[in-house]
Amino acid sequence: MRGSAIIPLPRRDVAVPRVPAEDATAPNSTWRPTIVAEAGEVIRHEAVNAEYRHIVVACGPEAAAARPGQFFQLLCPQPPGEQPFLRRPMSVYGVDADAGTVEFLYKITGAGTRGLATLRVGDRLDVMGPLGVGFHLDPTWKQIVTVGRGAGLATLAPLIEAARANGTNVTAVVSARRLDLLVRSSRFPSHGVDVVEVTDEEQTSGPANVERILRRSIAEGRCDALFTCGSSRLLRVLQRLAVEFNLPGQVALEQQMACGIGLCYCCVRDFNVDGQIVSRRVCWDGPVFDIREALP
Amino acid sequence: MSRPAARPAVDLSVQLGRLRLLNPVMPASGTFAEGLDKVMDFGRLGAVVLKTVTREVRNGNPLPRIIERPQGLINAIGIPSKGIPHFLSNVLPYYRGYSTPLVASISAPTVDGFAALAAELSVAGVSAIEANISCPNIEEDGKAFAMSAEATARVTRSLRSATDLPLWLKLTPNTGAIAEIAASAEAAGADALVVANTILSMAIDVNTFKPCLGNIMGGLSGPAIKPIILRQVFQCAKVVNIPIIACGGISSAEDAVEYMLAGASAVQVGTATFLQPAAITTIIDGLEAFCMRREIPRVTDLIGGVITEEADEADVAWLGPES
Repeated sequence: MRGSAIIPLPRRDVAVPRVPAEDATAPNSTWRPTIVAEAGEVIRHEAVNAEYRHIVVACGPEAAAARPGQFFQLLCPQPPGEQPFLRRPMSVYGVDADAGTVEFLYKITGAGTRGLATLRVGDRLDVMGPLGVGFHLDPTWKQIVTVGRGAGLATLAPLIEAARANGTNVTAVVSARRLDLLVRSSRFPSHGVDVVEVTDEEQTSGPANVERILRRSIAEGRCDALFTCGSSRLLRVLQRLAVEFNLPGQVALEQQMACGIGLCYCCVRDFNVDGQIVSRRVCWDGPVFDIREALP
Repeated sequence: MSRPAARPAVDLSVQLGRLRLLNPVMPASGTFAEGLDKVMDFGRLGAVVLKTVTREVRNGNPLPRIIERPQGLINAIGIPSKGIPHFLSNVLPYYRGYSTPLVASISAPTVDGFAALAAELSVAGVSAIEANISCPNIEEDGKAFAMSAEATARVTRSLRSATDLPLWLKLTPNTGAIAEIAASAEAAGADALVVANTILSMAIDVNTFKPCLGNIMGGLSGPAIKPIILRQVFQCAKVVNIPIIACGGISSAEDAVEYMLAGASAVQVGTATFLQPAAITTIIDGLEAFCMRREIPRVTDLIGGVITEEADEADVAWLGPES
């Protein structure tokens, strides 16, 4: 059927319709995507401090339906001399369903983010999402405590917003190396959020001091649930307290990813589920997990 | 000329032995999972090819499992598998909800292991078996079955006697004699060949002096390997009469056309899905558009259509530059 014999070519007199029939696609006409890759226009892009940049991208309704803790896979432009091949996962920093925008906060750490930094307002960025399992917020919680460090602050920012929208108060412990690198989110609601800043330069960011702050919140009855992202050391502190005081908690984990949608099993981590070690995909089963099951 | 409204403009359907597909585009094993149903309509795919399943539960390789390179990536995932019972009770029932032909990819460390797995998966809901014979054969010191014509023949014969389902053999590109191995698989009873798999590769971090992958070596995939696999498809197509399913760096409709011209009857899309999750359906649409533009009524007209000798000018006029 093949080999060196040339396949008979279609003759020119064969009538070939030029317009696809209406049913050429979609055997299942009711199907709609909920995860979309789209080239959205960059609306804003600016440095927020010496390390972090904030980018706002126009997007369709699927992306704008992203929940706190979910993430997107960004197809970053190629910076000069480098060829990042894969998309880069980035957690949602903010989303505006009415305006149709999604926001990210990032630090330049490699070829992908170097490429991202070259984007100017008006350029397009291919964003794929929303992906993964986000945070769960129980509307009966009166007060929650979030503990974020570094880029983890970006992941927790939309959670804090969503909590306030539920009428839940938040104690937000924000940690960084230096005061000038703290992400002071303009998105934090002005009421109902108690921000506690801790830094390495002031020697207030160590696990012992953070634990003291958390114990005070718990003792004062201001902690119905614990959330964290961005530090394994702080995760251990929160895990200990969650067990000691029988508090619910969630952690958003990071892991090197390739597909971002549960296909490749590149981003697996071990979890302790009722004493058994199980392997889970951070991109698909998470990135938000029960704080007690995560292994730092 | 009148024609029923229900007929597509271009006939994209292909025949792979006994199996008829709506179109020639399907995922490559290991790059497809339930999550993609949020991205594309599975009913549109030529077939669904699932991640390789093994009899035993496997955890997979140590991390890191993937490293990107220019125009490709190296993976050493290590075929994590939840085993056959989980596959039969959880995975298969999910896909029974779709009419798209389902291809079960299997792997085993021995000839008998392959046969037993094929027999166990010859159940309702499975349309074909794809045997991933690029995996190590413990009966031959870990050398992959598809590295030798003899081992390929042995495992193919055994699989053939174990299942009546269409049997696809997935060959490795890591051999210098892929055409010989393709012929041996055909002679031993394969219904189709998947050409090929990832190319054995390595990457070292010059900062740490350590290999980039937990498994040290891995398989290269993506556009970087397309010219090599294309050559192998061409070589295999010259010597076998069973259909060839091309797999290697396909990320556009033009890539699919190139492989079909080289002799492939169908194509598998893998790494491209990591970059564009709807790559498969985009390629299906692109293939239809290509055929319409070039006035090719049936996609099968492309198969083996590469012109390697001087042909009658009248016959090739339609292949000229677009007007």
